[in-house]
Parts: sequence; C-alpha cells; structure tokens
Amino acid sequence: MTTNSTPAAPSLAIDVQGLSKSFGRTAALRQVNLQLTYGESLALFGHNGAGKSTLIRTLTTLIRPDDGTVRIAGFDCNSQASQIRSVIGYVGHQSLLYDDLTPRENLRFYARMYGLPDAHDLVEHSLAEVGATSYAGRRVRVLSNGMQKRVAIARALLHRPRVLLLDEPETGLDQGGLELLGAVVTAVKQGGASVVMATHGIELGLALAEQALVLSNGRVTMTCASPETSVNAIQHAVLRKPEAQPTLEGQTTPKASE
Amino acid sequence: MGSGGMGVRQALLGVAALLFLIDLYLIFQYAPTASEALGVQVQRIFYFHVPSALLGMISFAVAAVASVVYLTKRGRKWDRVAWASAEVGTVFFTVAIATGAIWAKPVWQKWWVWDVNGTLTFMLWLVFIGYLIVRSYAPTVERGSRWAAVVAIFGAASVPFVYMAADWWEGLHTERITGPAAQGSLEGEMFFTLMFSLLTFLVLFIALVAERTAQLGIEESIEELRREVAS
Amino acid sequence: MTGYLRSAIAVYAKDMRLEARTKETFSAVLAFAVIVAFVFGFAFDPSPSVVALVGPGIVWVAYVFTGILGMNRTFAVERDRGTLEGLLLAPVGREAIYAGKLASTTTIMLLVEVLLYPVFLVLFDLDLFNIWFALVTIAATVGFAAVGTLFAAIAAHTRAREVLLPLLFLPIILPVIIGAVASTSAALGGAGWDGVGKWLQFIVAFDLVFLVLSSWAFDFVLEE
Repeated sequence: MTTNSTPAAPSLAIDVQGLSKSFGRTAALRQVNLQLTYGESLALFGHNGAGKSTLIRTLTTLIRPDDGTVRIAGFDCNSQASQIRSVIGYVGHQSLLYDDLTPRENLRFYARMYGLPDAHDLVEHSLAEVGATSYAGRRVRVLSNGMQKRVAIARALLHRPRVLLLDEPETGLDQGGLELLGAVVTAVKQGGASVVMATHGIELGLALAEQALVLSNGRVTMTCASPETSVNAIQHAVLRKPEAQPTLEGQTTPKASE
Repeated sequence: MGSGGMGVRQALLGVAALLFLIDLYLIFQYAPTASEALGVQVQRIFYFHVPSALLGMISFAVAAVASVVYLTKRGRKWDRVAWASAEVGTVFFTVAIATGAIWAKPVWQKWWVWDVNGTLTFMLWLVFIGYLIVRSYAPTVERGSRWAAVVAIFGAASVPFVYMAADWWEGLHTERITGPAAQGSLEGEMFFTLMFSLLTFLVLFIALVAERTAQLGIEESIEELRREVAS
Repeated sequence: MTGYLRSAIAVYAKDMRLEARTKETFSAVLAFAVIVAFVFGFAFDPSPSVVALVGPGIVWVAYVFTGILGMNRTFAVERDRGTLEGLLLAPVGREAIYAGKLASTTTIMLLVEVLLYPVFLVLFDLDLFNIWFALVTIAATVGFAAVGTLFAAIAAHTRAREVLLPLLFLPIILPVIIGAVASTSAALGGAGWDGVGKWLQFIVAFDLVFLVLSSWAFDFVLEE
C-alpha cells in the first residue's frame, strides 16, 4: 500500500494516538485513540457536540491537532498533509458542490484538481455508480438534497481514496439512497480501503462497521470490535450523562458547579 | 515563567518613569524657547512628537520581525512580543499624529501635512489598527495570531514603497515644506533635549513592551490551566 | 510545477464558468462602479480644469472601491456555501488556489474597469482611451488583486468582512494608488514613457514583491 516514512504500523489505514484539540476554552477532543486497518470500517457514535465532526475533520487535515499523532496511510498529518489529502475522500454536512454548475461540471473540476487522467470517462463512470447520470446535466441548485448527496459521494470517490470519511452521510437520503450508501461502503471496503462513518443511525452504523466507537465530550467512552454489539448497548453509551469532571490529581469527583 | 523577570520589568518601569520626569523638566525648563517661525512655546511639543513617531516606527519593526519569526518558528512568545509591540506602537503613533496636528496648525495653518514622514506615520498607524482589529474578529485565537502576523509583515513590506511614492508625490505637488523634524541645525540645548527625549521614549517602549508581553503570557497560562482542569 | 499550473487554471476556469453563467459578481461590481461614478459626477462640477485636476483621483477611487467589492465576493461566496473546503481538501498547494483566485478576480476587475471608460467619457468628458493608462490600469489592478485576494481570504472568515477588507487592504496598497493617480495624470496629460515610465516600473515592482509575498502567506491564512 504505502511505502513510506513511519516505522510504526505502516499497514494501518488510520493510526491516531493521544489526539487532543481545543477551540479556545472548549476541549473538543481529549486523548482520542483509534486504529483502523485497511478494508475495515469504523462507526463513530456520540451525542451532538461530542466531537464526532471534529474528529472526522481532523482526519481530513482541515483541523490541526493540538496534541497527539494522527497518521493516515502512514502519512503524518502535520508534515504530510498534502499526501493525506490525495488518499482520503470526505462527505460532510455540506455538499462541496458548486450550485450553479452541473454535477458533471463539478466532477470534472474536481477531477482536474486531483490530477486524475481520463477525466471524461472517469466522471461518467462515477456518476453512473451513484445513479446520478440522469440529472448530471442539470444545475446542482435545482437538485434535491438526496440527489446532491449522491453527487457528493461520487465526488468523494472520484480519486479512489484509501480512506473514506463520512460525517452523518445518512442525512437527506431516502431508502434508495441508504441502500446506495451501504453498497458504496461495502464496495470501498472490498477494494481494500477503509471507512470511518460518524452517524446517528446506530443500526446503520453497526451494519456497516467492524469497529464502533462512542465519543462523549471529546473522550472515547466505549469501543467495541464485535459486529454483534447490541444496539441497546451503544444507545446507552451515547445517552449516558457526561462524565464527572476530574480534579487536577486525576481522580474523578462529582462535578462542582461551574 | 514571568515571575523571574518581574523584578527586572519593575526596575525598567521605574527607570522609565524617572527618565520621563527628567525629560519633562528638560522640555519645559531647560530647552530654550523657539523662534516665532517655529511656534514659540508650542514648538516644545516637538520633543514629544519626534520621539513618538520614531518609537512608533521602531515598534513596527519589532512587531514585523517578531511576526516573521512567529510564522516560521511558531513560538507563542514571538506572537506575544509582536502583539505587545503593536499595542504600544499604536499608542506612540496616536501621540505622534496628535502632537503633529497640534503643532502644525499654528505654525503651518494646516492640521496635517502629507509629507513623507506624515504619510508613513499615518499608514503604519492604520496597519497597526488593522493588526489589532483582525485579532478580535478571528474565529480562534490561533488564527487571529497568524492573520495579525501576516498583516504586520505586509505592512513592513509596503514601507519602502510608501516611502518612495510619498517622496515622489511630494516632489511633484507640494511646495517642499520641511517637515517638523527637519530643522536644519539644532542648537546645543535643543539637540540635547531631543536626544534625551528619544532615550526616555526608548526606555519607555522597552519597559512597556516587556510588561505587556509578560502579561499576555500570564493570560495564556491561565487559559491553559483552565483547559487542563476541565479535561 | 505542472500540478500548480493545472490546479490554478482549473480554479480560474471554474470561476470564469460560474461567472459567465450567473454574472453575479460582475453585475454587482459593475452596478456599484457606475453608481460611484455618478456620485462623483454630482459632487464635482465637470469643467475641464477641474476634471484635469481631480479626474485621475476619481477614476482610481472608483476602481479601488469596486475592486474591494469584487474581491470580497470571490471568497465570501465560496466560504458561505462551503465550497472553500472542497478546494482545501484537494491535494494541491495553497499557492495554486491563490493563483487561480487572483487570476479570476483580476479578470473581472479589468473587465469592469474597461467598461467604465464610456461612463467616464460621458460624465466627465474624460477620455481614458490611452495606451499608457491601459498599462497602468493593468499593473495597478494586478497589484490590488495580489494583496486584496489574500486579505479577502481573511475577511471572508469573519463577521465584518465589508469593513475588514478595506481596513487591511488600503494602507498596504497606498503606494499603488499614489502611483496610479500620478501616472494617470501624466498619461492623460499627454506624457509618454518619460512621464509614466518611472511610476509604471514602480507599480510593477510592487506587484512582483506582493505576488510572491501573498503566495507564501496564503497557506498561513487558510490554515484552520
């Protein structure tokens, strides 16, 4: 897969250790650890504001960590961010599509930005993969959310990424869209790539993932590797009240009023 | 972190205050009264105006250099030094502009002269203000520091161009009003007073920047502690 | 190197295609420019002596302020609609994005500036169809865009972008404004290289310095 630099675990698609990130006074991520091998997928659960999006965006190199190491496909996020960007695909809350261009024009633009050869055929193929060929010639502005999401997924897959990062991809998708999502994730994994999916859909996440991780207030509060982990257990972990605040010595005490 | 230098900083402030008192005496008692052409008593403001303008420029140079180091080396300390310099420099420039106007009006019948120094002073004052404002509008403190550093560096890069353009423009348009600072030869006591004022302002600059830098450092430490406790 | 050029051209082509289709920025900037020209038209008595004196200044004030509007839009739109992230996620150096944005902003500004020629002719009897003026316009516009594109990227991430861009931008490009006004005076007064050359070289030197500086600083500005 990758040939470079790091001595530690070059076969890991994602290797995150001790990741911490704060925005001003708010600690968004605290000491997060996560490892994912190629061909595997991880479901990320957590309440709103738990840090799921921050974690995903850190993996995309859009956010720089304050502390800890983040390695994707063996590349370090601080010194080799550009290499990471060439091997990751991202589907976030915003479609990253230009409203006044057509899906076809959007994908051709991104194909050029990613330096992909045979852009014309590649784009047609990608559009067909997500079932968007029929509206590929209409402006994105007039498409429904579900249609836009499909094109956004096509955009993320255009350059055959090694790691696919999805942030609540189920939003706006109808049944057909959800099936497409499942098919895409499965195909991506079969191709030897990895998927990280932050989601509120616990069943959806568990169905598509080998690993699951629950974030709460920036911390990992539960990890499970078994695909048969019960939905109830995850729900419980997600809904559990935020942890008591630790004192400076590291002991947990009931949270003092702030 | 800051407590070791606190004694030195307090000493500096003390020295600065002392020098300032001596300077006031020199300006108002020691220096001879100026001629009619220079505004008589009002001319004494010259001893505030020139050092303020000069120290403003020095502040800018310090801020610009610190900004370059901050962007390339990423040490927080450099950002604090640049920030402190910018704050102190803004005050110096404001004093320079105000004193310049107060002096110019009775002597040249205009509130402001767009000579080279005037233009440069005003432009750098604006850059400093932009520097401080961009920090407050930034979504995070880190971005604000980086953006401010870029502003300072751009200002510094533009200085030689502003100087040249203002100089050529002045040659084309205005009757060459020798700016308030170009006085030909200064008599002994006036020269001494000016030099002493320069020294006073320089020490004041160093003392204030040192103090403010330390203050910013303490504020950052508090923020970090807050974060650690909360996690 | 080819990656840089390819991406910069891709960004430029994308911006131009969008602009050709929506004409959003172009029409807003042109409308504003015409309004500014008209306001000056009311404010000044356009007698030949007055126009000779203040004409160049008016032209450049109009160009600068419309430029500010255009430059703000180039990033504000991308940022508000989220597409800026799409650009940042691509494995391209930030300098390429800067180059593409710089090119599209400059193109739109130049187009608007040229379209103002007839407006100034009608309102002020000011004939701008002059080769030296054209050269100065190109050089100065590149200078405005070189600095403005960078500061627009900053301003786009704040709540006060209409205020912040001019505040940051104007002191820096002051030399270009001075140079542009002075050389325009000379050019419209009939001077050739002897009157205009010095200023033209000056502006071009400014452009080169700030193109390099902005390209370098762009990465720092966009970093989250």
